[in-house]
Amino acid sequence: MKLQISTQLAIFALVELVVNPDHQLTVAEIGAKYGVSSHHLAKVMQVLARARLVRSIRGAGGGYQFCGNARRTTLLDVIELFEPLGSGGQDASAPGERTGEGRALRVVMDEIDNTVRATLSSITLATLCGLVDRHRPEPAGEVKARVAMARQ
Amino acid sequence: MKKAAGKRTKLLRSRAVERRDAASAPKTGDKFVIRPAESHDIGAISALDARITSLSKKQHWQDLLARSKSLDFAQFFLVADAPASSKSLLGFIVGEIRAWEFGSAPSGWVYALSVEPGVREHGVGEALLAAIEAEFKRRKITKMRTMVAKDSPLPMLFFRAEGMMAGPYIQLEKDLT
Repeated sequence: MKLQISTQLAIFALVELVVNPDHQLTVAEIGAKYGVSSHHLAKVMQVLARARLVRSIRGAGGGYQFCGNARRTTLLDVIELFEPLGSGGQDASAPGERTGEGRALRVVMDEIDNTVRATLSSITLATLCGLVDRHRPEPAGEVKARVAMARQ
Repeated sequence: MKKAAGKRTKLLRSRAVERRDAASAPKTGDKFVIRPAESHDIGAISALDARITSLSKKQHWQDLLARSKSLDFAQFFLVADAPASSKSLLGFIVGEIRAWEFGSAPSGWVYALSVEPGVREHGVGEALLAAIEAEFKRRKITKMRTMVAKDSPLPMLFFRAEGMMAGPYIQLEKDLT
């Protein structure tokens, strides 16, 4: 499964804002980290603002701030703001859909969809921030120190 | 044969000592204590479970408690209660070390975890999970597992927040009608 770029950016931006609750971040600051234009990110932030997940603070030192509940907002909530999820549900007009083969294939695709939805709806932004911490690349110095200790 | 039986007795005695140690050193949170479940807890455990699942299964909890007290099983049945009154049960957790089922190396399974709805989000569930995790780790277990219904968002969100991820097994089933 691959997420659209806008969806990924929305998730990255939300993570940045959740871990910086006391700061407003500009689209330029967030965009610089992920190598994306402010223009593209601004459109993403507008969608998040309409969903009341972020709010825009104007003026000097302004930017975006997270205003949702990080322990209740799931990845599924965010993804569904930007793209439909899953294999598209039943389409009776699709070729072979009404055959035994078509129905059997639909059962398997539905199983996959259900698993994907269950996974995405179980990961909140707060949980994702915890995962980010666990998967953060180690600074080169720490890796070297650990390798040195392992050799002793 | 006698030698093997002696070895087993020694192992069981060592488990008994470990359990006694765990029981005598309850883990305290700010507002609760975690300790091994006792027979006088069964009523409150059964009532809490019934309030949440709408199913009364007192015998089931009694059986699990008996297994946790038996030296034949590496099973753990812990409760959290308010330190001021041992009658005030806040939650409970049940788990067991199981080996070689489905080809899996020994791992710690969490079968049940329940927290009184009025005290949720106060760290009781986290403390119970941490306590059983410590029991597993003490026995050199490196993997903890559980199973959650896909349509149960609360336990799913809880276990995910505690760092649990999908494992290498997929649960399969078949209608037998």
